[in-house]
Amino acid sequence: MAAKRVELMLCTGTGCVAGGCFRIKKALEEEIARHGLQDEVSLVQTGCNGFCGQGPLMVVLPEQIFYGWLKPEEIPFLVQEHFLKGRPVKKLMFVPPEKKEPIPLLGDIPFFRKQMLLVLRNKGVIDPEKLDDYLARDGYLALEKVLTSMRPEEVIEEVIKSGLRGRGGAGFPTGVKWTVCRKEPKTPKYVICNCDEGDPGAYMDRSVFESDPHAVIEGQTIAAYAIGAAHGYIYVRSEYPLAIKRMQIALDQAKENGLLGEDILGTGFSFDLEIREGSGAFVCGEETSLIHSIEGKSPEPRQRPPFPAQVGIWGCPTVINNVETLASLPVIMLRGADWYSQIGTATSKGTKIFSLVGKINNTGLIEVPMGITLREIIYEIGGGIPENKQFKAVQTGGPSGGCIPSSHIDLPIDYESLKEVGSMMGSGGMIVMDEDTCMVDVSKFFIQFTNDESCGKCSVCRDGSDALLEVLTRITNGEGREGDVEFLEELAPAVKDASMCGLGQTLPNPVLSTLRYFKDEYVAHISEKKCPAKACKALIKYYIDPDKCPGCMLCLKNCPSGAIKGESKHIHIIDQTVCTKCGECLEVCPPKVSAVVKLSGREARELKSLDAPIPAKEWKARKAQESRTVTK
Amino acid sequence: MAKLTLDDLRKKRDEAQKGIYLREGEFRGKIIVHMGTCGIAAGARAIVAAFLDEVAKSGLNDIMVTTSGCAGLCSKEPMATVEILNSPPVRYGELTPEKARKIFKEHILGGMATVEYALGIGSERGA
Repeated sequence: MAAKRVELMLCTGTGCVAGGCFRIKKALEEEIARHGLQDEVSLVQTGCNGFCGQGPLMVVLPEQIFYGWLKPEEIPFLVQEHFLKGRPVKKLMFVPPEKKEPIPLLGDIPFFRKQMLLVLRNKGVIDPEKLDDYLARDGYLALEKVLTSMRPEEVIEEVIKSGLRGRGGAGFPTGVKWTVCRKEPKTPKYVICNCDEGDPGAYMDRSVFESDPHAVIEGQTIAAYAIGAAHGYIYVRSEYPLAIKRMQIALDQAKENGLLGEDILGTGFSFDLEIREGSGAFVCGEETSLIHSIEGKSPEPRQRPPFPAQVGIWGCPTVINNVETLASLPVIMLRGADWYSQIGTATSKGTKIFSLVGKINNTGLIEVPMGITLREIIYEIGGGIPENKQFKAVQTGGPSGGCIPSSHIDLPIDYESLKEVGSMMGSGGMIVMDEDTCMVDVSKFFIQFTNDESCGKCSVCRDGSDALLEVLTRITNGEGREGDVEFLEELAPAVKDASMCGLGQTLPNPVLSTLRYFKDEYVAHISEKKCPAKACKALIKYYIDPDKCPGCMLCLKNCPSGAIKGESKHIHIIDQTVCTKCGECLEVCPPKVSAVVKLSGREARELKSLDAPIPAKEWKARKAQESRTVTK
Repeated sequence: MAKLTLDDLRKKRDEAQKGIYLREGEFRGKIIVHMGTCGIAAGARAIVAAFLDEVAKSGLNDIMVTTSGCAGLCSKEPMATVEILNSPPVRYGELTPEKARKIFKEHILGGMATVEYALGIGSERGA
């Protein structure tokens, strides 16, 4: 094989694909060929790099230079300057928010610096469609070790010792689950990989599939060996076409090479694995529903116990593990439980992947050691809140989790501490909210989601979420009544207690946590008809301050509903009966003018605007007249 | 494809590791070929090719070949700088592919700078 001097690690995760990375790829290939660099420069398609907010992106090796927001038209310059002449291109490098100097090297960018990559150890470093790339990074070495030198009981013992807990949300100790399944006398046994990732804003599991599918296969095979399973399923939602494609390629490669199937690596152990696609019902992430879905039945949960580890798919003992749990296993088996259990906190070991989204500067996928604080995640890795706005809360655990307010920003993240503050680890979605986010609206959003996704089997979940949604909708519409808060406080815990499966048991969490920390916002909505964050459309009005409006016509021209009246150098006014409250006028009004304001509550209700546009000069004269009258 | 045995897997893994050495980020030595317009015009591309060929033939996975801009001494192009960990960089000038191969053998493999082609030792001082 000829030596290369440059490797271009082009991210082809779903985010970058949507951002047009294949156009970048084409441009790179053309330019590399045009300069005759194809023997010196290689182009590698990797899975998700993680810094999704910068996509399409690539990392240039061996120098480790990070380029983001690539555009096809910039590629000719980049190839000539950097890959031919060796001069890295500053203007394509990452510039931290509110800074001017770019940071050339990946390792120096704060987003990457604080991370610890165990599960995502191969992200951006391998081509997920090449088995050789995975092998080169010690791929299947853990499986080799397990199959040749450990008894299944020893594997389970090691996993228990490592402290690994389920990464799907509930945090049940993985080794304990395995023990229950192993002890069941009934055979055959099954192991299922749960990649039915449905939380809004979460894409950890998808990215693991897309960047390192063999790690999941290796982990699942280790799990199968430990519990004594000969067959397994990978359950993945069909909305993840790229993840499915790459996983299928990896499965085919593993089968062709004898890493799956009969007599793996000549050790006598056999394990077969196949993909089952789900149709994207949120409840299928719940393990008994997931089993029903694979069995071809309606995806509804059933009462537990018996737990799937005892009576699972086809009535047989079944272990269901999350993607991240499985992908952690090769590292644990290779480096040992003692090493792994040093990472993290007393009760939560290892690392966790989070998708950091919402009102945050650095959007992306991060892997951090357990015990890291929210502050480190939001301000160091995440680079803070855009436009220097105030951090208000973060929602962890998706629709099943809760909002953690800014007062808990120094909270170390682990399973227990998140539970204590009324949230949960969940699968790892982390939605950051700023001062403009209305907490009642947020809880309505999540209840809308879970209400939609409730399978309807048990009435507390089905009707309870209906009732919650009705009240929340009323409150955000400005029709909240006395007693609504008390009603929510009574109903939410009831839904939690009486629901059969995890969906219903956790769906009230967003309501409960926002009531716990932001009750004043609920009260303001109900009694003052005011949305303190000025987000609920029914409770706000846009207003043009005549003292500031120069009559530039910018808002008037941009208003999509024609609600603004005025002419050049006349004070504009908004016709409240026509205004749809889209906020476009506020967006376009230049910062140095800032004549457009949002009002809520009393100031909105008692708002008096001019009847018709008048010349700005006339307004000024009128004001001057008024002030003279006052001083006299 | 035939199913792998444990031995096959180990061999395949070792072989694969050679293919991704640029990604591991640990290098003992670095060969920088100066590729300003002057360097390219004087034949720097052939120098890069010669070095890369030698790296491949040697099987070493801790040597990086890279490029940089004009070094300022355009009349001596093509030029290259060889940096070995813990020793001062050596700059070579008026290279040909043959000279490059010789430098690779003596300096990279042998550990002794090829004095006859060297322009100097060390880098310019920064301001």
